[in-house]
Amino acid sequence: MARILLITSLIGSLFMAANVAAATRIRCASTTSTQNSGLFEYLLPIFEKKTGIKVDVVAVGTGAAIEIGKRGDADVVMVHAKDLELKAVEEGAFVNRHDLMYNDFVIIGPANDPLRIRGMKSVADAFKKIPAQGAEFVSRGDKSGTHTKELAIWKTAGLDPKGQKWYLEVGQGMEKTQRLANEKRAYTLTDRGTWLATRDKDKLEMMVVLEGDPVLFNQYGVMAVNPAKHQQVKYKEAMAFVDWLISPEGQKAIGDFKDQHGNQLFIPNAK
Amino acid sequence: MQSIIEGFAAAFRLIVTLNPELWRIILLSLEVSGTALMLATVLGLPVGAFLALRRAPLRGLVISLLNTGMGLPPVAAGLFLYLFLSRSGPLGFIGLLYTPTAMIVAQCILAFPIVASLSHAAIANVDPVIRQAAITLGATPIQESLAVVKEARYSIMAGVMAGLGRVMAEVGAIIIVGGNIAGYTRVMTTTIALETDKGNFELAIALGIILLTISFSITVALRFFQRLGQGGTSGN
Repeated sequence: MARILLITSLIGSLFMAANVAAATRIRCASTTSTQNSGLFEYLLPIFEKKTGIKVDVVAVGTGAAIEIGKRGDADVVMVHAKDLELKAVEEGAFVNRHDLMYNDFVIIGPANDPLRIRGMKSVADAFKKIPAQGAEFVSRGDKSGTHTKELAIWKTAGLDPKGQKWYLEVGQGMEKTQRLANEKRAYTLTDRGTWLATRDKDKLEMMVVLEGDPVLFNQYGVMAVNPAKHQQVKYKEAMAFVDWLISPEGQKAIGDFKDQHGNQLFIPNAK
Repeated sequence: MQSIIEGFAAAFRLIVTLNPELWRIILLSLEVSGTALMLATVLGLPVGAFLALRRAPLRGLVISLLNTGMGLPPVAAGLFLYLFLSRSGPLGFIGLLYTPTAMIVAQCILAFPIVASLSHAAIANVDPVIRQAAITLGATPIQESLAVVKEARYSIMAGVMAGLGRVMAEVGAIIIVGGNIAGYTRVMTTTIALETDKGNFELAIALGIILLTISFSITVALRFFQRLGQGGTSGN
């Protein structure tokens, strides 16, 4: 009997803990690249101190993050695939989407660059070279923002890599994908933030072989889940977070954020 | 090889210095898995006892289902639960998704078939003499059942321990319904998965060692209870 009482009270206290916390907690679905870079660990305490709102981050790929928002399982979504974001806004799933910040994608490959991609200007041309010369390409394969960008480049290059022997779809986060590419001596597309943050730590014997193609621009956006679709979402608090991120103060915080080597990983560009 | 050794050294430091973040993660793991197991026992033991002691219709089918449930892949359990608890799902109005409570429910679903199935086996194996003796002594059906369950208590405890082993080691279900939110729903196994993704092998290995230590303790406890049980039977 005592045991049953104990269990009941334990469950009760758990429910209560969840409810008490609910007043000032919002949930942000975001991407592995923002979480793994340490950006949230830097930004969220500043925001929490100012407003008392605690932001819980669920970090998944961009595709999954948008889906979580569409289902009403998050209050705010911060991802990097502008076309998908605008489409989701058009469908009515989200409101108040804003450009937030950017960095860029780069192509990385083995340090000796066997395909001699280095010096090339067009990513699409470089991608054509990969199967033609028998190299391998590691793809995120997880509907993330990076994966979406990569597929768009293959399309431009006029190639369909799906199912090819040289095309390795790993379904993992960015950092793990880089490590896999490193182990396989393959090429991959990565965001500069993850690359800078992890190349030393992971002892990657790789280098940036192509950068600066305008196609590689990586825009991050933030948007609130449409309260008309999901009444339970904490729209007011979510908008407080969005408004702070795009305010001069939030933008400055994003610009101030540096990785442990002192690199600035995101450049704020909210309008 | 170098990184493995460095990892172990760092793991040892983290454990010895009682890193507060680490402690929080360990305590939440124990809280979630412990509560899930208690619930699974409260629900599973009566089911196991009923199946062993009463000739109910569809008994064979239920036992087969429970045995299948013992092998239920945690990610599949997690996905089903996610779809139910999502705000777009049938139970979305409770708002449980991405909370420790959702993780408890997930692990309870995983542990329940193990506790129920092994309790059933334990109780079915009790010497029929016990039951007959109880009946002869004028026991009511409830008293009679309690006498048999009491006789099987050590084997039942072993089943409960097996359930704990399953939920402590599980990552697939809780990462889906818990969301692995820092300082809120992040437990040992999900931290190991995340830190491995991030290349922070030290913290991942440290947690791996702690998890192994807990599993080891469970195994030792399991053996202890089994031997107690054997001692009890030979005494009859």
